[in-house]
Amino acid sequence: MEKLLNLTLKVWRQDGPKAKGAFETYKLNGISPDSSFLEMMDILNDQLINEHKDPIAFDHDCREGICGTCSMYINGHPHGPDSGITTCQLHMRSFKDGETITVEPWRSAAFPIIKDLMVDRSAFDKIIQAGGYISVNTGGIPDGNAIPISKWHADEAMDAASCIGCGACVATCKNGSAMLFVAAKVSQLSLLPQGKIEASQRAKKMLSKMDELGFGNCTNTGACEAECPKNISITHIARLNREFIGAKFID
Amino acid sequence: MWLIHSSVGRKVIMSVTGIFLVLFLTFHSVMNVIVLFSAEAYNSVASALGANWYAVIGTGVLALGFVLHILYALYLSWLNLKARGKDRYAVTKRQEGVSWSSKNMLVLGIIVFGFLVLHLFHFWAKMQLVELQYGHGWEAAGFQNPQDGAYFINASFSNPIFSIIYIVWLVALWFHLTHGVWSSLHSIGVNNKTWINRVKCISNVYSTIIILLFIAIPVYFLLGFRVL
Repeated sequence: MEKLLNLTLKVWRQDGPKAKGAFETYKLNGISPDSSFLEMMDILNDQLINEHKDPIAFDHDCREGICGTCSMYINGHPHGPDSGITTCQLHMRSFKDGETITVEPWRSAAFPIIKDLMVDRSAFDKIIQAGGYISVNTGGIPDGNAIPISKWHADEAMDAASCIGCGACVATCKNGSAMLFVAAKVSQLSLLPQGKIEASQRAKKMLSKMDELGFGNCTNTGACEAECPKNISITHIARLNREFIGAKFID
Repeated sequence: MWLIHSSVGRKVIMSVTGIFLVLFLTFHSVMNVIVLFSAEAYNSVASALGANWYAVIGTGVLALGFVLHILYALYLSWLNLKARGKDRYAVTKRQEGVSWSSKNMLVLGIIVFGFLVLHLFHFWAKMQLVELQYGHGWEAAGFQNPQDGAYFINASFSNPIFSIIYIVWLVALWFHLTHGVWSSLHSIGVNNKTWINRVKCISNVYSTIIILLFIAIPVYFLLGFRVL
């Protein structure tokens, strides 16, 4: 059996959106390196409950890397030090015995803290509502291959569509910009014939909603791409820029 | 106005003014190296520009480019600071593949601007400005011939301290350009998966060529050579 880990955790605790937060330090012993990061957090919460303390609030849902709910800034990286994964896919084997792990919430003006490690990411929903959809008369069931789509377009659109809207891009961006998210959501539709019709309207609506909600301006550092659990490329941002500028010139 | 009120519009201004300034730097660096081959040829370029109407208009447009680039940089940085929020991360780590200069463009820009003021004082104030103020009466007013560019180069760079200051300045500018050139293209949408690495490579090569052309002069002086 592998050696169990004894850890020190520095976790951000904050009672509510307006309350003043601070780091609390916890000792946690006997963690299996095979457990996931969230299982480790569950064990810590069990320990806190047994001590009659308030457990740490954190977001989690599917625990298989597809819902985009888990959100922790671990040791200076959103979703932890490993790349291309969400927090729930992070395993304790990524940490050493005796290590101090610092866990913080996403910090961005557009993502206010609800409690402890939970942040309000409804700004992303508002951006989607502004234009992240296609308008079609559904009618009967269309033929599967009635609309030809090239392999390249299908691949590029699928790469963009792999965005789970977790907000790691905003969390890591020094400008608090949501450009990678907006670019992915614009690209996944505008690359396909069904989404092309509303493409320029969509780019304008989603981008102005992003600006309105207080996200920052992209300076192309590429930190978002490096931290994205789905490795979404910043070249989608170039496409969004292209579509937005094109739409403005047509106006 | 979308160039002020939208984030992409603001970046378009940064990008277009940036590309304009890079084109100016290209012209300036090529013009400079002429002095290493012939001081007379260099002076003939200096007098061809001088304070002629086209050179004055050019200077005005250039100044406007600088002012827009700087004002937008300050405005964008302020907006971005606000978007980042009041609370900072306790632990921050560098990401792989993210260049240092991309996260420090404002600091680099401030360094470049500081030296730019010194540079204008060294050359522009003694050349075009004198010519604008006194025309052909520079001699009566007690000034050096404002079209004798090679003289001013000699005067400034003969002092090794200034040569070193200029080299520091150019290194900061090199960092600024390595991010700036590819980023300006990205901001106006000229990029894709095939080209991103090529664009970054072209950006690095181009910035390096410009800076090498510039840096040749202070290095030439530090090695003990003079242009006159």
